[in-house]
Amino acid sequence: MEYKVALGPQHPALHEAVSLRMTLDGEIIRDADLKLGYSHRGIEKLAEERSFIQNIYLTERICGICSHSHTTCFTQGVEQLMELVPARRGLYIRTLIAELERVHSHLLWLGVAGQEAGFESFFMYTWRDREVVLDILEWISGNRVHYAMNTFGGVRRDIDELQKKKILDNLGLLRQRTDYYLNLAASEPTFIGRLAGVGKLSKEQAIALCAVGPTLRASGVPMDVRKDDPYAVYDEIPFEVCTADSCDVLGRAVVRVKELIQSYNMIEFILQNLPEGPFKVKAPRKVKPNEVYSRYEAPRGENVHYIKSNGSDKPERLKVRAPTLANYPATIAMLKSGFIADIPLIFAAIDPCICCAERLVQLDNPRSGESQVLSFSQLRSMANAHYKKIDLTKKEAAWPF
Amino acid sequence: MIERLVHWSRVKSPWVLHLNAGGGCNGCDIEILAALMPRFDLERFGVQLKGTPRHADVMICTGAVTLQNRDRVLRVYEQVPDPKFVVAAGACAMAGCVYRGSYHTLVGIDQLLPVNAYVPGCPFRPAALIDAVVKLLNSVK
Ligand code: SF4
Repeated sequence: MEYKVALGPQHPALHEAVSLRMTLDGEIIRDADLKLGYSHRGIEKLAEERSFIQNIYLTERICGICSHSHTTCFTQGVEQLMELVPARRGLYIRTLIAELERVHSHLLWLGVAGQEAGFESFFMYTWRDREVVLDILEWISGNRVHYAMNTFGGVRRDIDELQKKKILDNLGLLRQRTDYYLNLAASEPTFIGRLAGVGKLSKEQAIALCAVGPTLRASGVPMDVRKDDPYAVYDEIPFEVCTADSCDVLGRAVVRVKELIQSYNMIEFILQNLPEGPFKVKAPRKVKPNEVYSRYEAPRGENVHYIKSNGSDKPERLKVRAPTLANYPATIAMLKSGFIADIPLIFAAIDPCICCAERLVQLDNPRSGESQVLSFSQLRSMANAHYKKIDLTKKEAAWPF
Repeated sequence: MIERLVHWSRVKSPWVLHLNAGGGCNGCDIEILAALMPRFDLERFGVQLKGTPRHADVMICTGAVTLQNRDRVLRVYEQVPDPKFVVAAGACAMAGCVYRGSYHTLVGIDQLLPVNAYVPGCPFRPAALIDAVVKLLNSVK
């Protein structure tokens, strides 16, 4: 017998508002569906009302975990529109912050994965170490979450010798701890037993469903924007793209731990090779009419911004495709034929950032090919008509036992 | 007697519900979790994070309320047993932050629920949240 179960929008297993509808056959999930829209904030529309400079701080607040990713993606795009070459030192600092952010995001994820797997102390450990990274970010930028470092033509704050030394000291500590986790995760049979084989996503499926980031790389596809289409100074920094072949949650954890180590190496390289010179150049206020497509490898995967300018100091259109949105189809595929108890784990394994992914999508009429704009009252009456059609009385509502 | 016991336990061990009202950026939610972690350790005040509203005394709301989520936030609020306290944490929950003027968010959660304490900041530091909780508990005493 099949049951339909709804999870969310407010549910302790999901930390944000999203609704999951599942059809269950006993313990096994036969079908799953995601309902979005609870966190839609209308960022794209707000961006059209603000100037480019203001929009840096708006795009920062698309997401609280990968805040630097969104601003960098936006800033890079606008710099291309302005035909502006940013200061080299600025680009290095930007990359430094990006890698620090990746470290904090991956540590956060490791903790959450540990918690979902029932390994509570691991959660506490990684979150304690995450504070070290947040401290570094706070020394540099003055804030723990929204760093506000990017500006057109470079960054807003320089770093000095003392900060450099402090960062390198703390990096040693982080390396030590990460090695410890690596050993712990490799030698803890319960942890491995819980993660291995859960949420399978084959290589073909991952490519067909357009998965991105660690989810894709854990299925054995070495795809990383930093290597494939280098932005900022990634073409000068040596690093490897980390992959795993196990195609499950364990593989995703391994990819992230490996990436942590790569990030430490990159941070060290950046600090040792920081070029001298100014950290920003002056940027024009107005932008010529043009359009641009900007890519960025956020901790969760490829982040894409499309920006269209019309000659004024405001963008005409900003379109954001956050990595989580690209990973949703793959999540549905992973959930199917899994167990109920694995839902939080599978869902957490893509490292979902729900508020990132809440964008408005405009659908054209498939028959006429026209697009149509509906007013709020029209939508309301459509919704009312829809609910009138549904028979809300439970016809076969009999006690099952 | 029983009443005094209940009051004592309420002040000594308030259980909190963390409610994401929808339209935030997640930054505040992460900072709430960070406040419960070893460095800041909000749990030393007896605060425990609860999954269900029916067990909670204090509701910590983050993010601006989206129209889609408005009725759900109200429903969660109604499920919290009396007396209930609401903490509006972060600039979004206080006044809408950068999303002010959006077509899909309310300007502050106090348009919907009575709020007992505000924590300013975008996001607030975990220490600020601890301060708010301590002040709230002192006012309840
Ligand atoms: S107040 Fe700032 S950090 Fe907090 S949810 Fe709103 S935008 Fe994010």
